[in-house]
Amino acid sequence: MPGLQAGSPPEEIQQQIVRETFHLVLKRDDNICNFLEGGSLIGGADYKLIYRHYATLYFVFCVDSSESELGILDLIQVFVETLDKCFENVCELDLIFHMDKVHYILQEVVMGGMVLETNMNEIVAQIEAQNRLEKSEGGLSAAPARAVSAVKNMNLPEIPRNINIGDLNIKVPNLSQFV
Amino acid sequence: MYNLLRESLPQMGFEDEQLFCKEIIRRKAVLALYKFHLIAPNQVQHIHIKFQKALCDRDVGVMAASLHIYHRMIKENSSGYKDLTGSFVTILKQVVGGKLPVDFNYHSVPAPWLQIQLLRILRLLGKDDQRTSELMYDVLDESLRRAELNHNVTYAILFECVHTVYSIYPKSELLEKAAKCIGKFVLSPKINLKYLGLKALTYVIQQDPTLALQHQMTIIECLDHPDPIIKRETLELLYRITNAQNITVIVQKMLEYLHQSKEEYIIVNLTMNAVFSVGGDVMNPDIPNNFLRLLAEGFDDETEDQQLRLYAVQSYLTLLDVENVFYPQRFLQVMSWVLGEYSYLLDKETPEEVITKLYKLLMNDSISSETKAWLIAAVTKLTPQAHSSNIVERLIQEFTVSLDTCLRQHAFELKHLYENAELMKSLLPLNKSCEDMVVDASLSFLDSHVAEALSQGAAPYKPHHQRQEEKLSQEKGLNFEPYGLSFSSSGFTGRQSPAGISLGSDISGNSAEIGLKETSSLKLEGIQKLWGKEGYLPKKESKTGDETEAPPVSQESIIENVDQTITKKDPSQALTQSKEEKEKQLLASSLFVGLGSESTVNLLGKADTISHKFRRKSKVKEAISGEKTSAHNMTRSSFSSPTNVTYEEDYYLDNLRDGRDKELEKFALSEELLGSESLSEPPLVEKLSECQQPAPSLFADDMEVFHPPRSTSASLASESSLASLLEETTEHMHSDLTEVCNTETMSLSSYKIWKDDCLLMVWLVSNKNGSELEGVNLEIAPAENFKITEQPGCCLPIIEAENTKNFQYSVQMEKPFTEGNLSGFINYQMMNTHAVQLEFSVNLSLLDFIRPLKISTEDFGKLWLSFANDVKQNVKMSESQAALPSALKTLQRKLRLHVVDIIGSEGLLACQLLPSIPCLLHFRVHGDVLALWFRSSCSTLPDYLLYQCQKVMEGS
Repeated sequence: MPGLQAGSPPEEIQQQIVRETFHLVLKRDDNICNFLEGGSLIGGADYKLIYRHYATLYFVFCVDSSESELGILDLIQVFVETLDKCFENVCELDLIFHMDKVHYILQEVVMGGMVLETNMNEIVAQIEAQNRLEKSEGGLSAAPARAVSAVKNMNLPEIPRNINIGDLNIKVPNLSQFV
Repeated sequence: MYNLLRESLPQMGFEDEQLFCKEIIRRKAVLALYKFHLIAPNQVQHIHIKFQKALCDRDVGVMAASLHIYHRMIKENSSGYKDLTGSFVTILKQVVGGKLPVDFNYHSVPAPWLQIQLLRILRLLGKDDQRTSELMYDVLDESLRRAELNHNVTYAILFECVHTVYSIYPKSELLEKAAKCIGKFVLSPKINLKYLGLKALTYVIQQDPTLALQHQMTIIECLDHPDPIIKRETLELLYRITNAQNITVIVQKMLEYLHQSKEEYIIVNLTMNAVFSVGGDVMNPDIPNNFLRLLAEGFDDETEDQQLRLYAVQSYLTLLDVENVFYPQRFLQVMSWVLGEYSYLLDKETPEEVITKLYKLLMNDSISSETKAWLIAAVTKLTPQAHSSNIVERLIQEFTVSLDTCLRQHAFELKHLYENAELMKSLLPLNKSCEDMVVDASLSFLDSHVAEALSQGAAPYKPHHQRQEEKLSQEKGLNFEPYGLSFSSSGFTGRQSPAGISLGSDISGNSAEIGLKETSSLKLEGIQKLWGKEGYLPKKESKTGDETEAPPVSQESIIENVDQTITKKDPSQALTQSKEEKEKQLLASSLFVGLGSESTVNLLGKADTISHKFRRKSKVKEAISGEKTSAHNMTRSSFSSPTNVTYEEDYYLDNLRDGRDKELEKFALSEELLGSESLSEPPLVEKLSECQQPAPSLFADDMEVFHPPRSTSASLASESSLASLLEETTEHMHSDLTEVCNTETMSLSSYKIWKDDCLLMVWLVSNKNGSELEGVNLEIAPAENFKITEQPGCCLPIIEAENTKNFQYSVQMEKPFTEGNLSGFINYQMMNTHAVQLEFSVNLSLLDFIRPLKISTEDFGKLWLSFANDVKQNVKMSESQAALPSALKTLQRKLRLHVVDIIGSEGLLACQLLPSIPCLLHFRVHGDVLALWFRSSCSTLPDYLLYQCQKVMEGS
């Protein structure tokens, strides 16, 4: 479950969470509900797993009690539809080979554990702008100075990476688990 | 706009202020600010204005981002943001009304997530606040109306809306609509919606248990649902509707679930254990008790019982093996009882091992002394089964010197039983927790001992009231009460003094726990279950349990009820009622029994309110009958319920509260009697092995503290006249006797009796001389603020030698004030000398004229609105009182306010100034600040009361 809490659980715990969540979710039929009470691993009774099942993919969000279950279900839908738009007919391979992009998209939707944007067109527009930037600059690995000047010139939002001050221990809807 | 960011941004390489024109950047900046706020809330106080700016931003996204911040801040302190309610309502109205750009629509629902967030904020704001709630009724109504159920996300909004409607100050119209919506959820074929419906029901059930009746068949179906999550939610719901009648069935269902879930679900925290460890200390004490009773009495099948018990023992032992886990106290108590009773079922582990585990717990500092008492009791029960018992010896050694009286008591009991193995075995047989033991209630075996003591010159036993008189008459006797707790002098002596004093000493022990936490009431319930007026109860109770499962009368009516609902739902279904169906209905009737009627609604366990702590009168009486018998029959019961002493505390609190209950008082006396009887003996513990009965010592330890002084210097008054006076005064609370003036020949003392309708001042003139006093006349000077009426009853102006006479005046307050003086003079003449005139004065405070006003919450609401004069003030509390219950107690005790209701962290209190000026108080606790809000029909009274409150709360 990448990026569950920046800097908090160590790698192996993260892996364990992913594993256990996967087992929990996999066992469930399609005709039972999409909510799971959290075990001690994900922070106790206050946390819930909310998942959606698309063919071979499971999208699992872990949220605390201050989120609406149905709201999150639809948020997953928005996220998946956005992925579909960005990758044009998304499939598993897209996600596996472009994990970074998936994360950018997720960051547009959810930031710092809070739902930031639910408007699909807006998200797609931001991502496209980002793609354009990447292409023109030869990827994000380019020298920081060049990136900065590019941002300046183009007024494009590369801000999230810069002002994302590590997540605190707040609810973190999460992308996880690609099967 | 965002200075803070502007300052930090240049370092990050952003200098272009034009960036802030971009919405997306403003939006993310808001989140960044929020992070700042989370990291160091105190250092970024000034960004609150920025939050407000963000809320008013022309871009919807920025506004939505700021809602996260407000949601969190309002969650922390809702009262600080009430003024924003209007803004949130307006925003929601605009969103619901479709004023947003179309691209915010999701499946043609305008900005659903925004709506959800707003509804959540409104829920927090409107909680228990009528004014704020009124602002949002309209928009909620519109939300409910507009939500067309065509998509998942509308259900999400609807759910939030319903939840909000039930959380804020209720409005019947909205509640009706919301109830209908819940129906849509519950009856939905979609499993997610059903889950939410059940969840909504659990919220709602506390306010409106009848709603569960409407959906009982659905609930029953959900009980057998293949999805464990649904099942768990259903059990959660059932747990909320638990009452005395259906508890057995519900716990049975939970236990069934426990067995199933063992196989099908790894996370075992969905079991009873979870209920205990999660619900733990806040849950209704009935639950663990009933669970224990169920374990003890068992079902029909003996082998199944044994299996269940074995399972419980094993699971608890595993739980205890886990390191560094803290279980709720109540859960530990349940564990210790079960381990004590049923460890013998274990094959592999010896009693020694179990004892070792219990001992480890005992050594844990985080465990309350009440729980420790349970633990020691469990060890005591296990000791006879153990072969070697070094640990028991060590335990005895450590706890016989414990500072906690109760623990020391238990340790001594264990010690003496341990020395006499035979007695111990007969006293603590295996698996006999449900059987009665014959007890010599009159303690006749002590007679010879008493006679012996008397013949050796011991003082004969004096009944309590006699000692009380003596005490009153020793004007300058020693103060035997603990220092600093002598509040009894201000209001709780006299008639209630047995209770008052013992309360005093108890408080010194563990003031934090008394009656505030429900923990101590656990004992009470426990005893009630096992002992009753007629003796031992379980047999009868199990009978009622059977009735619950198939109550002949109520069942019919409920089945009828069910039939109706079914007919409504699907007529054909009703016609072809399968056997299974009938079974379900039977189950329904047993589950929902007692839900409809008013009386049982009260019994519903509202796990999260504190209103439980003041038990109803009827319950108190039950408790007394329980106590009465347990006090007399105390043998085994003292072990299966280790802390009778805490139970007493409870009882005394109730006594205080329900002060006028004669029966209570009588019993207080007889109980005191029992206690002090054992007192006149040498420490009973040492005699334990001789007298065969461990019983009375339980009380002995506790009573020692307030053993009244037996001084003979009854200097002031003749006992007879005082006794007669006392008789009168016992009906009301009164103050201590204070001397107002004194000469060689006579002394004048006074005390106040706080009668229901007036303040009665009594002056006692006692003649200390050998000859009679003549022309005795006492007059009270008319005072500005008081109306003084002389009470008839004393007209002879002569006081005989060594005699006492009293003058009584009833005093009423004409207009409110804080403190005033009542002065007067007394004339008298000795034989053959000239007349003497002595002046005196007495201080009267406003509080002398304040009486509790017993009204219902509804009346409170009506009165509240009708009063024009109000005063608001925040008062800082002294540390010791910084919690709602203790603040409440202080107000109740010191100011004599009546507690009308407690809602969350708010309390409603009412009092009246005699003769009949009502004053209402609403208060709320934030940390150590108490927000007081007085309202009264009198313009000055709130101010004066506030002053008194401040005095009391600040501990001056």
